[in-house]
Order: sequence, then structure tokens, then C-alpha cells
Amino acid sequence: MSQARKQVKKKFNPAVLFRKQIFIPIAALLLLAIFNLIADPSFYKITLGYNSAGDPVLSGYLMTILDYGSELAILAIGMTLVTAASGGQDISVGAAIAIAGSVILRVLCGTDSRPDHMQAPVIVAFLIACVVAMLFGAFNGALVAYFKIQPMVATLILFTAGRSIAAWINNNELPIISDPSFAVYGGFIPGIPIPTPFFIAMVCVIITMLILKFTNLGLYTQSVGINESSSKLNGLDPAFIKFLSFVLLGLCVAVAGLIKVSRLSSINYSVIAKDIEMDAILAVALGGNSLGGGKFNMTASILGAYVIQFLTTTLYKFNVQSDALPAYKAVVVIVLVVLSTPKAREFMGKIAKSLKGSERSVA
Amino acid sequence: MQEKSVLEMRKIYKSFPGVKALQGVDFTLREGEIHALMGENGAGKSTLIKVLTGVYSKDEGDIHIKGHENAVAIHSPQDAQKIGISTVYQEITLCPNLSVAENMFIGRDGGIMQNWKKMNADADKILESLGIPAKSTQQLASCSLAVQQMVAIARAVDMECKVLILDEPTSSLDEHEVQKLFGLMRDLKKKGVGIIFVTHFLDQVYEVCDRITVLRDGQLVGEYEIKDLPRVKLVAKMLGKEMDDMSDIKSSEKPYEAKEKTQPVFEAEQLVSDAGIKPFDFHIEKGEVNGFTGLLGSGRSECVRAIFGADRVLGGTVKKNGKQIKINKPIDAMRNGIAYLPEDRKVDGIVGDLSVRENIILALQVMKGFFKPFTKAEQYAFADEYIKALSIKTASADTPVKSLSGGNQQKVILARWLLTHPDYLILDEPTRGIDVGTKVDIQKLVLKLASEGMSVTFISSETDEMLRTCSRLIVMRDRRVVGELKEDELTQNKIMSTIAGGESK
Repeated sequence: MSQARKQVKKKFNPAVLFRKQIFIPIAALLLLAIFNLIADPSFYKITLGYNSAGDPVLSGYLMTILDYGSELAILAIGMTLVTAASGGQDISVGAAIAIAGSVILRVLCGTDSRPDHMQAPVIVAFLIACVVAMLFGAFNGALVAYFKIQPMVATLILFTAGRSIAAWINNNELPIISDPSFAVYGGFIPGIPIPTPFFIAMVCVIITMLILKFTNLGLYTQSVGINESSSKLNGLDPAFIKFLSFVLLGLCVAVAGLIKVSRLSSINYSVIAKDIEMDAILAVALGGNSLGGGKFNMTASILGAYVIQFLTTTLYKFNVQSDALPAYKAVVVIVLVVLSTPKAREFMGKIAKSLKGSERSVA
Repeated sequence: MQEKSVLEMRKIYKSFPGVKALQGVDFTLREGEIHALMGENGAGKSTLIKVLTGVYSKDEGDIHIKGHENAVAIHSPQDAQKIGISTVYQEITLCPNLSVAENMFIGRDGGIMQNWKKMNADADKILESLGIPAKSTQQLASCSLAVQQMVAIARAVDMECKVLILDEPTSSLDEHEVQKLFGLMRDLKKKGVGIIFVTHFLDQVYEVCDRITVLRDGQLVGEYEIKDLPRVKLVAKMLGKEMDDMSDIKSSEKPYEAKEKTQPVFEAEQLVSDAGIKPFDFHIEKGEVNGFTGLLGSGRSECVRAIFGADRVLGGTVKKNGKQIKINKPIDAMRNGIAYLPEDRKVDGIVGDLSVRENIILALQVMKGFFKPFTKAEQYAFADEYIKALSIKTASADTPVKSLSGGNQQKVILARWLLTHPDYLILDEPTRGIDVGTKVDIQKLVLKLASEGMSVTFISSETDEMLRTCSRLIVMRDRRVVGELKEDELTQNKIMSTIAGGESK
């Protein structure tokens, strides 16, 4: 898998790549890949094993990245839209995942918290979770778009209350789904050794790309994010576009929620998807998108999500305590944010110019 | 320094990259006078004020203040306050969630300790002496805008000020509130404070001021006693046009007789928006070019914004070809064939980070709908067509529009609206801040479009340009339509006398 990816990369003309936004996550990915290659090549080892059900599964660090990076990628899609339209971020996605997950379990369990069989089809539970998550997204979106509250402050409400709401949905019980067919979404489809979340993420990515191609979501969102006043005079409704971005993020949250609860076949209200909002925001930033909104590159964000997971997994591999992880990620955030400031860009622009100049003189 | 003057500014120079904002400007303020500082956009009023208050440092020149032997150096707003120059800005810069007394004394020296009782008592004393209807302990937000403005003045005055600068203090007040403010200004005048009054409202200047200093293009035009400078002359001085025949002004203003030859394409009755304009009537015929004229802040832009639905419309009706239509939002106007090129290109016009192509197709794309994006090929076809037609100088259709020059950015926005094939095109200051060549191009284009049957409203600060392009001018003063000029009334003199209005002696 990794071999194939690398070959694709080599085909790009580096000069063209350098100018593109997607260069940022690719460069970060390469850096991490090379670091691991030098530090310990066993990082790339993938083994074929069998899980408890006797189905073939691939395991290894790369599989972990593929697995956990996928839920992040799904969230990054919504977060990119919210960031672009509103110029701010939604910090309540972790709590909202807890709510969506709790709703799924509640529907599947019915009245009994530990049923022998699922009380409803998974698709029904998922659709209800979608509606609920979109409603919470709409709540955030309304605060931001119509009451003009800063996104971080507006979503702080759900960030604080979300996990309690999630617990309340299941009467604070710990529902457990014993039916193995529910574990498929966060685990493996029998007979296919690649983790299911990756396929779910790919479906989400394809749908997103189709939406961006066959609607004006991208143009409208960017236009509103860059110049709200001008967008209004061009007939757009900036408030609605912002609102819509939060609702769409809600949809992404529901999908991530399904994967999360499926992994455990249960839920831990206070731990599920903890701090995932930070990783999602970081994915957007690592994709080279301005956290101040405006232009965005969806592919770069999605790639950014996998790079973040690459970083997390690398840190785990080197036995960094999970408590210490945020500190390392914080370093990445600082570097990215500083690099994206106008001052730093000006500076880099100057360097690039002098480099070009010297290149020309050499030629 | 002269005996009675509290402030003298001598030969003030200030340049910004590419602009000479002030070129040897003199300004004198006497004790106990209200002195209007007048000038159109870019005249240098705000630069002069900012030099005086220490926001900008001057390149050259001296500032003298009463009580100081030598020229004073003002390097920061704090310096200005210390030597007795206080400023009250257009936007109230107080803290609405603090009490009146806290607002009056905030940020003064006095250490960490605060005697609240004494502070409130002091505040009450000042408020009473100035006749301001507010209590020291009242929360500022609970006062009316006028009272808030007065508290801002009270705060300024209490800092032992000799010079009080009021920068458009009346723009958000209603007439009654303005009168209250004027009362306070007259009281302060009696106490010997010199007041610099910056405003766009001519009526207000003639109501309270003693003297007028006019600036134009960064230069001093002159200082006048109010009684020596009738309105018409003031307008002429601000616009930089000489009145060549004074008798012309005295000729009685004929009421405009509407000749209902053809059905107007668009007409508006008693249209009013939340931007502070008085209700106005308006109509435009097919192939007509008309214009709104008036001084800066007279409400020109607000009128067209109301027609386009850019501001919230509060009342009135709009008809298209005699049939009533509803315009609440810009998209309604666009669907009815109206296009609007806004006054502020950077803030309301371009979407800077998007490409020239995306900027050109934006309005038409929004009209076409969310689920029907143009294909890339269509987009390039549109963009290339207009880049060629308007000779927009850009590296490619994919260049971010913000990297283009001002004139070319304006052409991109023009292209955006022409692409929607409007029946009625509103151009608000399309030629501001762009090179002469492009200006002429745009004027020619306007006439060409009109000859093809498009109705155009053209607004410009330069009356020459309006005279060249418009066949009918709607004149505005103090946010009111005060006249309509057409045919042989379309002369520089007639425009100025109508703008000045009121007493045409």
C-alpha cells in the first residue's frame, strides 16, 4: 500500500507541486515517513492475521493510521467547510460524537441496555443519529450565523454540555451491543482485511467531491468566507451558508459517531472522541487552509487528517505517553500557525524570490 | 501666536506612500469658537485631525497650543490629551457596559485606588454643569445615543481641554438629539473651549459654527467667517469649481415637470431604508443615464442601495414596467434585472482571494442556482469573453483578483454585472481611485450600454464626469432628494447651487 502511494507521488513534477497548497500536507507526510524509515523501518511492517471471528485482518502501524485517520478525515471534511465559511472552528465535535453515538446505541438497544438482539436496524439508528447531530449542528450554526457569536464561543456550549446530554440519552447506563454484526463499521467486514472506516471515509470523500463538483457549495462557501459583504451584494445569503456548513459538519459527526461506537460496541461518555476536535482542526490547518476562513482545499484537509494520525501513531510507537501527546501536537500547531501568518509568508516569499533568482543565474 | 487663539497649526505637511495628504496646511482655532473643518473625500480633514491628535506624526510644520511657549510635539493620543486636545469620534468609543461615571474617569491617572463615592459625585457635578441628562451611576448603554455622545464630550471636556475635536458627532443622531448636542456645544463655547467640528451636514455648519476652514486635495483653500461665505460659495470651494456667474444662482428654481413620454422601466415611490435616508421617489426610463449627485455623506449611495435591496428597506414601493415588485434582498433585485456596482470596491465588490474567473461569474452563478454550477469550460468562456471585451489586464483568468490594479478590479466587477445582462445597471463611484484611461473607458461604456437600451444610474464625486454622462441628475443634500436637473439645467453652477440649497443669496 505504502509502496504504491510513494510511486504515485514520484510522478508529480516537484516544481509544480511546490506552489500548490497540497504541498504542505504532502511535505509533512514525507517528513514523517522518512523519519520513521530512518528511526525504525519496522514501522512499515504489515502482518496478515486473523481476528477472534476467524476473518483475515491486516495489522500494523500503517493500518492503524488508515483506520483511525479515516474518522478524522470524515470530520475534517465538515470542519473545512465550517472554517471556510465562518472563519472559526467548531470545538464541540467530540461532544457531538458522544451524542450521536449515544443516540445510535439508544435506538439499537431500545428499552433494555444490554439486549441480546438489536432492536432496530443499524441504518435506522444511524439515520436518527444523523438527524440529531444535524440538529445540534443547526444549533451551533444558528448561534454563529444568526446571532453572530464567535464560532469557538458558540460551540463551547455544546462542548461543555454535550457529554452530559449523551449520558442522559441512555439514562446514564452503559449499553452494550453483543451482536457482532454491529462491530463491522468500526472493525472489519468479514473477508476483507482492510478496516471498514477506511471504506466509509472513501465513500464520504467521494460524495463530498461530487457535491463540490455538481453544486456551488465550494464557490459560495469560499466567497462568504473571503468577503461576506460582497457576497451579500452578489445575492448570496451569508448567514445561511454559514448555518449550512455547521449542519453538514453535523452529518460528518454522525458518521464518525457510528464508527466510534461500533469499535467498542458500547460507549464511554466522558472518553469517547475526546479531544478529537483539536485533531480535526489541526487537519484543516495542516492542509494549508487558513483558519481565518476563505479559500479551502478539501483534498489537502483530508490528507492532513491522515498526516495527523500518522504523527499520533508515530508518537505512540516511540512510547510517548498519551498524556504528553498534546504537547507534541501543540508544537506542530505553533509551527503551522506561525508559518501561515502574513509576516512569515512575506519572509518566505522573499526567500523564494532569492532562491529563484539564484537558480536563474545558475541556469 | 495670536492673542485669542488656542491652537495654531502652521505649514503642516504629511505624506503617505504615493499620496501627499497635507501640503503646507495652516489652521487656527480661537478661544470660544466653533470652527467647521470642511472638505470632500481625500481633502485631508481626517489626516489633519489625526496629526493633531497624535495618531499620525507630521512630516513638517509646527503646532502651537495656548499656554505653551514653544511648538508642542504630539507623538501619541496621550500626548494630545495631556496638552488639552480632546477628541470625540463619530463612533462612540466608550464602554457601554460601564457606568457613566466610570466611563468619564476610566484610564485617568490616579493609581490603583479609587474613591467611588468621590468619583460619582465629581461626575454628577460635571454632568449637571453641562446640563447632560444622565446620572453618574447609570449604565451607559441605558442612555440614548445623544446622551452617550454627550458623556463622551463630558469626558473629553473634563480633561481640562482647550481644544475639543468633534468628528462627525451627529451622523447617528436624530434631529432632536442634534439640537441637544448643539446646546452643549454652545455652553462649552461660552466657557472658552475651542471646538473643531467636522461634519458633512451643511445645515449644521450654518447653524452652530462661527468660522469655516476649507481643505481640498491636501491644501488649504481658505479660512472664512461664516457670514462671508454663503453656502453656494462653500460648495464651490469644496468642489474646487468657480462660480462664473453669480446671477445664475439667483434664478428661481423651477419645479421639475415630469414629462411622461414613456413608461419608466423602474420607479420607486417613498422608498426608505434603514441607512438613514429620507423617503424618496425615483424613476428611470429605458436607455436613460441618470445620476445622484451631492456632497459626500448626502445619501447618494444609500438611495441606490435601497433600490438594490442592499440595505434593509423599511417602506415604499418599487415598480418594474408599471408592475409592483418586491425587493427585500439583493437577489430579488438581481432577478428583476438590476445590477449594482458598489461604492467600496474592496469591501463590497471584489472577493479578493478568488480568481478573476470566479469573480466574473459569481453574480450570474448565484442567479442560476446552487445546484447548477457552470462547467469549467463555460466559466472560462465567460471570463475570457469579458477579459477581452473590457480589456482587463490580468495574467490569466485564474489570477486572484486582489493582485490586479484598482482599475482592472473595477472592470472585473463591471464584467460580473454585465454578464448578468441587466436591464438596469447602477454604478456607484465606478471611477474612484482608478487611472484616467480606465475612467474614460468606463464613461464610454456607460454611454454605449445606454444606447443599446440599458438604463444606467451613474454616481460620481466628480461632477464633470456626471455632466458628461448623465442626462438627468438627482440632487441630494443631508440625506434628502432636494432637486432634479435636466437638459439646460445641467451646468456646474446649477448643480452647486442646488446642492447648497437653502438660502441662495
